Amino acid sequence: MKERLRESLVILSLRVAVAVVLAGLLTVLFDIVSKGVGIFSWEFLTESPRQGMTAGGIFPAIVGSVYLVALSLAASVPIGVLAAIYLVEYTPQGRFLRVIDISIRNLAGTPSIVFGLFGLGLFVNFLGFRQSLLSGALTLACMSLPVIITASREALLSVPNEFREAAYALGATKLQVVRRIVLPNALSGILTGVVLSSSRVVGETAPILLTAAAFYAPTLPTSPFDRVMALPFHLFVMATQSSNPLKTAPIQYGTALVLLLVAVGLNAVALVVRAKRRRLKVW
Amino acid sequence: MKPKKQATSRKAVIGPFVERLMKSLFFLCSAVVILVTLLITLFLFREGLPALMQVPLWDIFTGVIWQPPAENPKFGVLPLITGSAVITLTSLLLATPLGLAVALYLSEFSRSLERDVLKPLVELLAAIPSVVFGFFALVVVSGWIHGLFGVGTRLNALNGAVVLTLMVLPTIASISEDVLNSVPRDLKEAAYALGATRLQIIRRVILPYARRGIAVAVLLGFGRAIGETMAVLMATGNAAVISLNILTSMETMTAAIAIEMGEVVFGSLHYQMLFFLGILLFLISSAVNIIADYIITRGRLR
Repeated sequence: MKERLRESLVILSLRVAVAVVLAGLLTVLFDIVSKGVGIFSWEFLTESPRQGMTAGGIFPAIVGSVYLVALSLAASVPIGVLAAIYLVEYTPQGRFLRVIDISIRNLAGTPSIVFGLFGLGLFVNFLGFRQSLLSGALTLACMSLPVIITASREALLSVPNEFREAAYALGATKLQVVRRIVLPNALSGILTGVVLSSSRVVGETAPILLTAAAFYAPTLPTSPFDRVMALPFHLFVMATQSSNPLKTAPIQYGTALVLLLVAVGLNAVALVVRAKRRRLKVW
Repeated sequence: MKPKKQATSRKAVIGPFVERLMKSLFFLCSAVVILVTLLITLFLFREGLPALMQVPLWDIFTGVIWQPPAENPKFGVLPLITGSAVITLTSLLLATPLGLAVALYLSEFSRSLERDVLKPLVELLAAIPSVVFGFFALVVVSGWIHGLFGVGTRLNALNGAVVLTLMVLPTIASISEDVLNSVPRDLKEAAYALGATRLQIIRRVILPYARRGIAVAVLLGFGRAIGETMAVLMATGNAAVISLNILTSMETMTAAIAIEMGEVVFGSLHYQMLFFLGILLFLISSAVNIIADYIITRGRLR
């Protein structure tokens, strides 16, 4: 009897802890959705800021974020996927693999502001790209590389070995096996990883703060060497450096809501696709 | 007949060449990861180490004043280190028990349907951008703390630690849960066969078995917390003072870099000192990884 009581007490306290965490999550979501939804409109998404950034929309920040994410993926996805192919299909042994593994984990754990410093030192100053779309995108690409490699590796590993062996038995070469058999079967897993990493990249603020972001840009970027506005940076400056924080509060909440929707939305898409894939997999 | 023969022979010559070419390309791409790691190290040290020529290492680590823009600038990093430490440890103090409780509940007590709902929700926390957490701390949590404690500064260390808790919690919870789930069934069943109760099994079988993995989870949570920039920057008020009172404003190393880098002259001592802070952060995050790696591999060898 005493044991029973103790057990239900433990379960109760665990439930309380879970409830606290859920309450935290729901409060953040509810606060931002409820206060951001008021300004959320077509005009807010498609207009430029007006009257010294105290009115108007966030269109340039959205465009800037899209450019940053797209350009960084254009660099990190091919490199990451090809790297994963080498690691899985050509199975390097011993020290090289170990150094790669350590590097991947180390990069994954490196603080985002350190990537910002790195981008500032290498791309902005040393290579002379200045603070620009290009510098920011390359910095973000370095940051997302470990995520993309890890996801692609998992996807490639999940292709059963029998597939490869059957192709070899028909006389296919290694490259043919990779191109015709392994990649098509791993494609959806790789794409899931790409979507997941773009959901992280879009919210990154610290790296672009040092390498790319503009408080206000009068025109949309026309070259990779222009500075860009971006959603997370826009939220940051509006919330901390606005001359009239109370007046711009709706814009801040609106920006936060758009950013939240994009990041959480992309993340949810990736999770759903992954869960479906696991359930549907026939082999 | 003739052209076809030519085609096959050309393929026979080019084929192996392409195979080898592509293999080298794959290899080079994987080497990029190592290259990036080396470049990060190189550029942090290249820009940051020259600071030591003007300010001795001893002065940096014993200096109690961080005051770079002054006429007689002072570059003591102790206020920033204590700021980072106090905020990180406070958030871990909150996130560790909460994260463990969530993991234990998910792995041992929840029904599968309940689990399928709870687990994605906890993981959703990891999907919220840090700048959104920072914004939430700035406009909402600071008000709560002000109301609760009635302190003068709305932006303080506790404010940062509270949102940081939500941010590191998914790391701690999901790694711990994986570890708890990896406890072999036969161990649990053997204990049941001996008449152990559920609580006894958790205390005597599951937790001891998962000890190392939980340590790794907390360690990685620490790494994530100490490197977090935007949320603490927006939440903590950024006053570089040495204090253990979590209701005062503090500044972390990450926040100092993010705030001050916009104002420094390229190549100045201040610029170099900010890169020096970057070196410290990079060393800390690398150490966290190495220690975690060591704990995991040593556990496997046993």
